[in-house]
Amino acid sequence: MADKIVLNLAQVLFVIAFSPLAAGVLARLKEVVQSRRGPGIFQPYRDLWKLFHKDEIVSEESSWIFRFAPYLIFIIPVYVTLLIPVLTSFPLFFAFMGDMIGGGFALALGGFFATLAAIDAANPYGPMGASRTRMVGFLAEPVFMIVFFTVSFVAGSTIPYIVQQQWINPVANFFMPAHVLLLLAFLMLILAEGGRLPVDNPSGHFELAMIDESKSLEYSGRGLALVKWGGHMKLFVLMCIYLNVLVAPWGLAGEQSFGAVLLAIPQVLLKIFVFLLVLVIIESSLAKLRLFRISEFLGAAFVICVAAMVSQIFPL
Amino acid sequence: MTDQLLDNLNALVTGLFLLTAFGIVAMRQTRGVFNLFIIQSILLALSALILGLRHGSEDLYGVALVNIIIKPLILPWLLRITVPEEVYTRREVSQALNIPTSLLIALALAILAYFISQPLLNAVAPEFQGPNVPIGIAGLLLGAFAITVRREAIPLLVGILAMENGAFLSGIAISRGLPLLVELAIATDGLVVVFIMGVLTRAAKRHIGTTAVGELARLKEMAPAAGEGEE
Repeated sequence: MADKIVLNLAQVLFVIAFSPLAAGVLARLKEVVQSRRGPGIFQPYRDLWKLFHKDEIVSEESSWIFRFAPYLIFIIPVYVTLLIPVLTSFPLFFAFMGDMIGGGFALALGGFFATLAAIDAANPYGPMGASRTRMVGFLAEPVFMIVFFTVSFVAGSTIPYIVQQQWINPVANFFMPAHVLLLLAFLMLILAEGGRLPVDNPSGHFELAMIDESKSLEYSGRGLALVKWGGHMKLFVLMCIYLNVLVAPWGLAGEQSFGAVLLAIPQVLLKIFVFLLVLVIIESSLAKLRLFRISEFLGAAFVICVAAMVSQIFPL
Repeated sequence: MTDQLLDNLNALVTGLFLLTAFGIVAMRQTRGVFNLFIIQSILLALSALILGLRHGSEDLYGVALVNIIIKPLILPWLLRITVPEEVYTRREVSQALNIPTSLLIALALAILAYFISQPLLNAVAPEFQGPNVPIGIAGLLLGAFAITVRREAIPLLVGILAMENGAFLSGIAISRGLPLLVELAIATDGLVVVFIMGVLTRAAKRHIGTTAVGELARLKEMAPAAGEGEE
């Protein structure tokens, strides 16, 4: 019991500590692919350190939402981390507090407050980016829902710890069409939700073309650090859900001991590194979609996950 | 290999087949549509191979072999010699419906295919009740749908060929083996269709200066202004 609580908190610390590293590695890999010289993989840590030591400027015209939102953006991925398998394949203390749909709604809450905060400061670019993020969010929502419904069809549960065992028990299940189609649909969803390249350019600094980035334009100092760190953690959590729950629970600690969990850390990091490689290949080979083509991109994701659901509903 | 693993692999291949059928409806680039069709044909051959392993049937190996030779190898060569290269570089910007709408209609068609294949599946032996029949029918319907919304000559041709692929995907699954003669006959037929359509496309391109044949409304075209029908 006490062990499970400690492991659950260790999981949270793991996500908090390694999510900037994942962002740094991703940026570094992109530089290598594009043969540029850039900062090393620890740059996000330095950025956060610098921002935490800077003064924060808050507009007099803004309300409490503007001050409150960074804390929420930071805490929501931490909360979701309590629910999902990051290092262990057995349920931890908080595992049954909420299911995948609950986690999805919690992430949506963070997005909602980020939108409000962007509108709050009345910077002309903030609301524009916020409404674009909402557009992507609205289009992504049905895909999220249908992915989770299909998963619950297959596993008879929406608790991630139960779902993950389904794909390798027996191994033939790994090749179920529903599984592969779900993986494809959720990958497109991560690209859209994480503000990655075919949907949004994360390294673009041109305000008129920004989608995700523009929400943090008004923040500075500690608020900006929290928003950035929260963004890193959100991507990290989505990757953990994808790799550990939807792909396969390989490499996770199977027994309840600290040694096994310590051993799981490098394995999970390796899985994430492989995923980052795939992400870099996608980001380096695709151009950014025009704004009104995003509905086609997410429409394709929707069709794929409905095909997955249909292939699961009709027993053949 | 166990039967269950083979069944799942076959289900996976047919699932990807369905995805390529959606792609043929929605993809803009002419070359992309044609490449998707080639992938679809390879998936069809793979499905025949897996079903051949599953049921121990030499006929299905033959089907896989004929498919692999004719569709990914001979067809592109035939089209290359009949259709001018620049036709491939075209992008279709004015489909009859916009892409999200046609994707949603395509989705409804696929679900319809699952519904109408349920009574059909009751007629065959239980061991043949795989996902091939509904997905094959879906491929057939989506190919027909692609013909109705597409306007460029090559995507129209691919729509017809995709219909044939869909019919085959169901055909190979409902019995122990399709006679090789039937497969050979239909494949040759397909080649003739491609050849004739290719020559027609070439003629259309030369006479009226466009391959957007879906937009041709009159039987006899006036002399076109330069660049009409181009994007």
